[in-house]
Amino acid sequence: MSYIGQSVKRTEDRRFTTGKGKYTDDIKLPGMTYAHIVRSEYAHARINSIDTSAALAAEGVVAVFTGDDVAHIRGVPCGWQVNFKDGTTMKEPAHPLLCAVGTTVKHVGDGVAMIIAESRAAARDAADLLVIDYEVFPAVVNGAEAIKDGAPLVHDEAPNNMAFDWAIGCSPEEINAAMDSAAHITTLDFVNQRMAPNAMEPRSALGNYDDAMDSYTLWTTSQNPHLTRLLLCAFVLGLPEHKVRVVAPDVGGGFGSKIFHYTEEALVIWASKAIGRPVKWTSTRTEAFLTDAHGRDHVTKAEMGFDTEGNVVGLRINTVANLGAYLSTFAPAVPTYLHGTLLQGLYTTPKIRIDLVGAFTHTTAVDAYRGAGRPEATYLLERLMDKAAIEMGKDPAQLRLQNFIPPFDGVTQPGYQTQVALQYDSGNYHAVLERGLEMVGYEAFRKEQAEARANGRYLGIGFSTYIEACGIAPSAVVGALGARAGLYESAQVRVQPTGKVSVYTGSHSHGQGHETTFAQVVADKLGIAMADVEIVHGDSDAVAFGMGTYGSRSLAVGGSAIIKSIEKVLEKGAKIAAHKLEANVDDLEYADGKWTVKGTDKSVGFGDVSLTAYVPHNYPAGLEPGLDFSSFYDPTNFTYPFGCHIAVVEVDVETGKVKLNRFIAVDDVGNVINPMIVDGQIHGGLAQGIGQALLEGVQYDETGNLTNASYMDYCMPRADDLPMFETDRTTTPCPHNPLGVKGAGEAGCIGSTPAVVNAVMDALTPFGVLDLEMPMTPQSVWRAIQSKTEGCSA
Amino acid sequence: MIPASFDYKRASSVAEALDILKGDGDAKILAGGHSLIPAMKLRLSQPSVLVDIAKIPELNFIRDRGKYFAIGAATTHGAVAAHKSVNAKLWWVANAASMIGDVQVRNAGTIGGAIAHADPASDWPAVLLAANASIKVEGTNGSRVIAAQDFFTGFFMTALEEGEIITEIHIPDPTSSDTPDSWRSTYQKFAQPASRFAIVGCAVNLQLSADGTIEQAYVAFNGVDSKAYRATSVEEALVGRTLSDETAAGACDGATAQAELIMSDHYADEVYREHLAKVICKRAISACMYD
Repeated sequence: MSYIGQSVKRTEDRRFTTGKGKYTDDIKLPGMTYAHIVRSEYAHARINSIDTSAALAAEGVVAVFTGDDVAHIRGVPCGWQVNFKDGTTMKEPAHPLLCAVGTTVKHVGDGVAMIIAESRAAARDAADLLVIDYEVFPAVVNGAEAIKDGAPLVHDEAPNNMAFDWAIGCSPEEINAAMDSAAHITTLDFVNQRMAPNAMEPRSALGNYDDAMDSYTLWTTSQNPHLTRLLLCAFVLGLPEHKVRVVAPDVGGGFGSKIFHYTEEALVIWASKAIGRPVKWTSTRTEAFLTDAHGRDHVTKAEMGFDTEGNVVGLRINTVANLGAYLSTFAPAVPTYLHGTLLQGLYTTPKIRIDLVGAFTHTTAVDAYRGAGRPEATYLLERLMDKAAIEMGKDPAQLRLQNFIPPFDGVTQPGYQTQVALQYDSGNYHAVLERGLEMVGYEAFRKEQAEARANGRYLGIGFSTYIEACGIAPSAVVGALGARAGLYESAQVRVQPTGKVSVYTGSHSHGQGHETTFAQVVADKLGIAMADVEIVHGDSDAVAFGMGTYGSRSLAVGGSAIIKSIEKVLEKGAKIAAHKLEANVDDLEYADGKWTVKGTDKSVGFGDVSLTAYVPHNYPAGLEPGLDFSSFYDPTNFTYPFGCHIAVVEVDVETGKVKLNRFIAVDDVGNVINPMIVDGQIHGGLAQGIGQALLEGVQYDETGNLTNASYMDYCMPRADDLPMFETDRTTTPCPHNPLGVKGAGEAGCIGSTPAVVNAVMDALTPFGVLDLEMPMTPQSVWRAIQSKTEGCSA
Repeated sequence: MIPASFDYKRASSVAEALDILKGDGDAKILAGGHSLIPAMKLRLSQPSVLVDIAKIPELNFIRDRGKYFAIGAATTHGAVAAHKSVNAKLWWVANAASMIGDVQVRNAGTIGGAIAHADPASDWPAVLLAANASIKVEGTNGSRVIAAQDFFTGFFMTALEEGEIITEIHIPDPTSSDTPDSWRSTYQKFAQPASRFAIVGCAVNLQLSADGTIEQAYVAFNGVDSKAYRATSVEEALVGRTLSDETAAGACDGATAQAELIMSDHYADEVYREHLAKVICKRAISACMYD
């Protein structure tokens, strides 16, 4: 019996596909009230006064709170510290739960008041009765503009709107010398545009204070309920942690945006005690656009130097990362340690340096969004590679193969030490590109492309070969880099007396399918049926502790913690089995759910041993009853999945519309537990990455208005925007975790974006178009062609 | 995302609906609700009462009346798209209906609601203009029939008067003429990527002589101007010529000649939209060769 490696159908899908999932907004408590957050319509304005009297008098209104009511509460904290290059502490202005009278609002959507009423409608109606006097100031929305002298200041304590500046890699002298030695330098100035995460389920939080027990429960749409509890208790509300239960029940997608601790979570808990009733807040889609932490938003100048043979000799990067108005939970880590450290890519680049500024602007906070820093790193590297190939008259695939790090397995060969602090665990980069070339039929495509061009049709092919750092991470390492949390994971494996198994994991599934994948692992390792394994997650009362799910870490870190507990179960189980079989532990072997005395047919089953553990009448002397073990697993390194993505497009040069004809993805995510689920993760990631290339992007006007905060204007990828994906895998196991897994949640999103942009550039080569900002809308593509041609009549 | 409070009344007949409308100037007709409800959720529209006409039997029908098809105002886009007889005789109209929104929108949104709303980017107005359709409306003073040409008067504005509701849309059936095979027609749209509304929609309806000469031409656009319009310059450039790619390429130059303005938004500024109007026009005319 083996489940690992099988495409077992997802056990959780029965409740999801029949509409029986239980999400935060589905929970209704007796006496529950509904909160509406009144939000600033201005990006930068002082609140001169708020008149709440009419709203308070409105029918159904229970309470109206303003920033003055919660001014004594510390705001939501940042969980990662990145200091200035000169050692000055990062600027970390307060992020209040609501903006008080006399203070300034700092982005459209900033919370100004909370109206609590008997119904959502009554709370919303009362919002129109709130009289707020604002004094409006100029705003700055672009990170590169924000750090210029004279730009409007977001926080008085952060001059030039700088939260920190940071560098990694060699010294400025060394990188300049390397670039000076280059025979060719390819330069790219670009914006990696801001993305809205758009989880299908909007955020929701339900707070309930229990007066009788003096305890609190928060149901919330979180990817990491324990971390939310820690931040809420220790940093925001100052509550005793053992009196606070945080539950993240079924959660409908996160893509990073539900990692972070948000003001609304603290507000509903605080307000519930204040009014003595449960308080629920659920985001509308517009609010989601305005308040869910966004992703990306880098303004970058990138230069890659090559010698006469086409070998990369240096990489010099200057980036301004827009962090938005406040430092969200992991915001400082994303452009630095999840981005700068990935600039080695798959290449043997000997000298690398990035200088980066984290900038405050009057916009929604920016934090981790699927891939978090690694897509930005991949984008700049892979765009540079394709642009360099065009400029140097080389084949883009060959240029990559020439510069790849040679294969290494991390076992008999050491890991690869990069120039930017990481040590890659194992890799075989040539294999994924070669497989991709084979799948796409590269030579045949180039012929087809030439023929099409002769007929006025413009086909293009684009490559992207990526690496990412997943399985975040060794706690000591991230601690040294500024993390204010450890990044281990916990797991408890509780064997019930009947041999059924409950697994309590600190990982959190919000679409990843842990209830299936983890059960496959547990069932296989114990030799029992999957139906006998239950995966419990998302409740701080049930699970001892957890760091949650993000950064493609669940199986690599959470799964490893489960394995550790299983090993303890089997070790103790063997002692019980040996006692029952009157044999030595060393003479036993465990397989197919039973311990057998080697070379005999004497055996005892897992269920027998489990029952004995709880009914220990005939039992090893000195051994504790029970079969229930907890473990914490702190990884020794990141894991490093990699892959090759290839896009084939046709550009309609009359309209500028890009049609994605084919997309090939060869990913190496290490060992695979459930191929169907990995395929699903890859497919979803590809859709998001392709979405960034062609469709998506948050737009602010100069006053700081988010002008496309609805699906009428913000374009999410749809099935008919995408071709049938052609996927394959190579397998290079992770050498340092017990399952040999690397992580698959973000790969699709990390690799795909530059492949699509490169393909469009390849198609437009005859026009001399070498660069285009994302998203490549029909209008922008048409304009790029126009700019290179003498008018173009219909 | 929560509308202001409102009353809801379901009318069982046109007379009942008119009666409610007459008594309340802030009442609004609800059919599919696909434009009205989002506007209400944003509180851009705050009607006192919604008069639901979606289930009125006398507004839900598609009838072949020989010279023309009559479509009840509360007929969904999906019903038009799926109608056998419409597909057989006016396939391009059915096809245009199938290009509206997505399945959910087509199953709830109605033809009458769409034209009453007169969104300049919606698909029906150009199709009805090019099809030479007319619109039957009913008020407390009786009914009248308005040519599509006279119906779309401005930005979200129509010839409907206070207290009137649309009851039927009449679309001429060319197959009922003496030369049933002489018509070539199509509707082509270049969609805004997010909303899938038309940046440019172009409806072309041509009558050809036996030798392929264009005898009559009806060309209309939506998405371009603040209202759907007939492109008479294109029509004039087509009549008397042989239908061909060259003819299409020449005629499309006049695509925006009758536009009073060219709309501009994030996805298409005036220059690009005007260019697209010509390209889509050219392609629509050429496509008629294969109808």
